[in-house]
Amino acid sequence: MDIQVRVWRQSGPQDKGQMVTYDVKDISPDASFLEMLDVLNEKLILDGDDPVAFDHDCREGICGMCGMMINGVAHGPERATTTCQLHMRHFKDGDVIDVEPWRAAAFPVIKDLVVNRGAFDGIIQSGGFITAPTGTAPDAHATPVPKPDADAAFEAATCIACGACVAACPNGSSMLFTAAKVAHLGLLPQGQPERDSRVVDMLDAQDAAGFGGCTNMGECAEVCPKGIPLNLIGRLNADYRKAVGKRR
Amino acid sequence: MNFWNEGEPVVDQAAPDGPIETRWDRRKFSAKLVNPANRRKLSVIVVGTGLAGGSAAATLAEAGYKVRSYCYQDTPRRAHSIAAQGGINAAKNYRNDGDSIYRLFYDTVKGGDFRARESNVYRLAQVSVNIIDQCVAQGVPFAREYGGLLDNRSFGGTQVSRTFYARGQTGQQLLLGAYQAMERQIGLGNIEMFARHEMLELVIVDGKARGIVVRDMVTGEITIDLADAVVLASGGYGNVFFLSTNAMGCNVTATWRAHRKGALFANPCYTQIHPTCIPESGTHQSKLTLMSESLRNDGRVWVPKRGDDKRAPGDVPEDDRDYYLERIYPSFGNLVPRDIASRAAKNVCDEGRGVGPGGLGVYLDFADAISRLGRDAVEAKYGNLFEMYQRITGEDPYEVPMRIYPAVHYTMGGLWVDYDLQSTIPGLFVVGEANFSDHGANRLGASALMQGLADGYFVLPHTLANYLASGPYEKITPDHEDVVAARTQVEERVQKLLSINGDRTVDSFHRELGHIMWEYCGMERTEEGLTKAIGLIRGLREEFWSRVKVPGTGEQLNQNLEKAGRVADFLELGELMCIDALHRAESAGGHFRAESQTPDGEALRHDDQFSYVGAWEFGGTGQAPTLHKENLDFEYVHPSTRSYK
Repeated sequence: MDIQVRVWRQSGPQDKGQMVTYDVKDISPDASFLEMLDVLNEKLILDGDDPVAFDHDCREGICGMCGMMINGVAHGPERATTTCQLHMRHFKDGDVIDVEPWRAAAFPVIKDLVVNRGAFDGIIQSGGFITAPTGTAPDAHATPVPKPDADAAFEAATCIACGACVAACPNGSSMLFTAAKVAHLGLLPQGQPERDSRVVDMLDAQDAAGFGGCTNMGECAEVCPKGIPLNLIGRLNADYRKAVGKRR
Repeated sequence: MNFWNEGEPVVDQAAPDGPIETRWDRRKFSAKLVNPANRRKLSVIVVGTGLAGGSAAATLAEAGYKVRSYCYQDTPRRAHSIAAQGGINAAKNYRNDGDSIYRLFYDTVKGGDFRARESNVYRLAQVSVNIIDQCVAQGVPFAREYGGLLDNRSFGGTQVSRTFYARGQTGQQLLLGAYQAMERQIGLGNIEMFARHEMLELVIVDGKARGIVVRDMVTGEITIDLADAVVLASGGYGNVFFLSTNAMGCNVTATWRAHRKGALFANPCYTQIHPTCIPESGTHQSKLTLMSESLRNDGRVWVPKRGDDKRAPGDVPEDDRDYYLERIYPSFGNLVPRDIASRAAKNVCDEGRGVGPGGLGVYLDFADAISRLGRDAVEAKYGNLFEMYQRITGEDPYEVPMRIYPAVHYTMGGLWVDYDLQSTIPGLFVVGEANFSDHGANRLGASALMQGLADGYFVLPHTLANYLASGPYEKITPDHEDVVAARTQVEERVQKLLSINGDRTVDSFHRELGHIMWEYCGMERTEEGLTKAIGLIRGLREEFWSRVKVPGTGEQLNQNLEKAGRVADFLELGELMCIDALHRAESAGGHFRAESQTPDGEALRHDDQFSYVGAWEFGGTGQAPTLHKENLDFEYVHPSTRSYK
């Protein structure tokens, strides 16, 4: 199939940037979206142009490195799918596809489609862990965990930190990301001792990093490639109220 | 033509003797300690943040050392350990099915086709139980049963259930445990993290590893980092094949640069070809996707009995199907080890009985499991894997059998290390897939995660302390002549790559190298093919350095420049792999030499000639490397013909 892509080109953080149109011909419907960009880049290089920079690594939907706005939707038209797992069979011959980077105050553009998501690490640093230095652990069976809790913790833990939630949010909020980690650790018995400080510290870090506030728009959960549910934000708010209440 | 020279044997000076059960305890006791107050004066560089590097960095920082960590991804949480699906082994015997540390040790030595060190493997089995405890304490959400205790599944090459798992993403969950422990230490100021940085050279001063030269991938700035010791946790080199299940960025540069500076590279030809991957779909293909081995617990592998049978899989009656693994290996059936399952798939495809485009595929069929357990139970176990398959292929595996084919997945070879995980360069330690140590010629499923975390959480922190106890080492500054030389080397190489400005892209060279490796150094190797491959690789390397086109400059984010450096190193590594495969005129595990097989086509080892680790010394680009043999003694598990029939 033959398509046209309109790609955001920005040579560096200071550059204003613009959309540039390219023809991409003879693409297999079985190619992934990123493989389509590979084909475009091979051509650009041989033509003496600068290839399009984009982040990607595992290309199997788990590392969270890839991500771009495709026709205005984070990770493109398929639900619960990362950009690398989106295949060209979901487009039609002759389509014109807009490709842009994540846009959020806390994710500055580095080049073209590559953004800096380091602010996510800062949120985890502030409390997204259980303090359990190596060597101090009791036997794994010392504390049984009810299966429903373990399963719910797992569901929350499947977040890959791709940043689609932030990119989709009109406020540029990272609430779903933070809520997923708060739920993952807060649902497990091992996570209880730090449960109160964790939620407070992570929210503080989130605000300090320049993410916007959450107004329950729900766009985040719509685009989440791992299907992290919106109700985790409610859970976070409940945890937060409890934690702040205890501090008073 | 003389492809290699033979040198003196290499001996593991750190290897303990005496009863195997107490070797690790005795080594820990004999290891020197560093007083807690002195630890903050000692600095360690860790390259790579996967399970081995992440767990090592976190644990060393918890102990009080100053750690600086590097990764090429935008955050340490994305290292390729994240993609591991199936699980992690541990000798907990929670199933009461006869498992023990000794059995895990035995299975691993046997699974490695008697080409691994007994001492290392025993230690690995011992600490496996601590890993599970540690991960649970960190909040890793392993699968549990209704009673609230941990669940297990089975993996290939074993007859017990010792694999712990978190749905189909055990790797991500374990890595998040290590990553979160790391982030905690970053927050406390004990680890300084450098994401989007790539190590391009090792700095050696007075014979000791003292630092690295790195390139900031965003600004292009080339800087020096100096420390008391360097740990490489940079993963495997499967991407030399271009198409593999590795992430796109996985590369050999860190270990290859160390090899060029004197670290021996052991068993480079031992590569694992994983039997259950999604087949190639066309020339655009940039990587291959693994389907977890756990699928073989319930999926049945088959091809039509006749090669000319072109019916849809559902229309092929039972009598016309060949469940070849169950037929040839009745006691292990679909759960034979990876090397055996892969070669069997290749054999039926070579007979013309393969399915799908190009005849390069076999069926993995869940129809029996669905009728036995019900669709819901199958979905609970494998749902996300089925979804992934459908997303990539557009086919629904609940309705039609999956098509799978082997693909390069893991490399057992790596930098040679002693029992302390120290390479032949003092102060350079190597952990995880980057070293060669524990899997011999074939790794069992769910053992990579075990080894990475064993090295990082429980082994390296003790053995590295022993080395650091002799420090702090003499203070050196960036203007030391050896440091300046290493940095200049990197700068010149970057300039060289940018200045060629030829007419072929980096990817085109990588793809061509991959074809050569897969064709001649893949699932089946011959003397003739390997000799031919060495010539082809040398020619391709020459062409690369005269015709490669790297756009852009060095002072910016330049993904093609990054790739070019990695492919340049793959073009040297590929040659060494072929030489190693050529010299090892036996079949062992993932290394199958067509000249060395039993009458029924199984791998035939030659213990009298090849019961050793082949550790190679760099001889110069295109020059003959020197082979140093480390003899392997088996005191406990006596080498036998590996049989899964």
